[in-house]
Amino acid sequence: MSIPILFFAYFAIASIVLSLIVVTRKNYIHAVLWTLLLFVHISGIYLFLNAEFFAMIQMIVYAGAILVMLIFVIMLLNVKHEDHLSDLSSLSIPKVFFVFCALGILVLALQASYLNTTGKFSIDFVNTFSDAKLLGQVFYSEANLPLIIMGVVLFVPMIAAIVLAGKRSDE
Amino acid sequence: MVPLNAYLILAAIIFAIGLIGFMTRRSIIMMLLCIELMLNAVNITLISLSHYMQDFMGQVIALLIIANAGAGMATGLALLINAYRLKKTVKIDLFRNLRG
Repeated sequence: MSIPILFFAYFAIASIVLSLIVVTRKNYIHAVLWTLLLFVHISGIYLFLNAEFFAMIQMIVYAGAILVMLIFVIMLLNVKHEDHLSDLSSLSIPKVFFVFCALGILVLALQASYLNTTGKFSIDFVNTFSDAKLLGQVFYSEANLPLIIMGVVLFVPMIAAIVLAGKRSDE
Repeated sequence: MVPLNAYLILAAIIFAIGLIGFMTRRSIIMMLLCIELMLNAVNITLISLSHYMQDFMGQVIALLIIANAGAGMATGLALLINAYRLKKTVKIDLFRNLRG
């Protein structure tokens, strides 16, 4: 058993256990803090995949912005944990079985879609330049349409959030 | 070298846990958290396939998904604030009149 497999096993098992903990928490703040730990572990998994940029983005955007926004709203609304976890009892064995069957089929489909090709971005090529630099080059050359779509996708919710959560003029 | 299957199965398990949580938890905050869990699982799939197929398009789509997650979270939280103002609760069962 080599060292990388041991590290991967740690991160994978920790991710699964942490996501189970997140789903079953009663207190919202506790759930968000466990999610923070989960995202740190997922960014560790990204490091295995030579995606240093994504490990960074995972920490900055998810852990730094989205979760803090969630904690901010929970504290702003001062929500008590009115969950009695009785909703988890609505979980029946057939439901879980169905979900896992569907996902098994999904995994098989993804495996089938995997083509054993060697593309341009081999590990050596990515290592000579850096991951972020190459991603930027791809974004500004062949993938410029996703970049524009991302701009629109980030622009519309900004207006939506201001309109929805802003101060009412009729009150 | 960790095989690709390990990443796919890991992502599928996290996605399943998020999906089950989304279906069973009845508070809007937990449902938003479960959506984030599912989006993270999809990101693991995309980045692992991008790594193993040596193609950067998977990472481009993963970045798009992160932007979508942020956008969805902002809109969802704005809706949550409005819903809480209306009913003083975050339980989704009490918003059945939205069904039309």
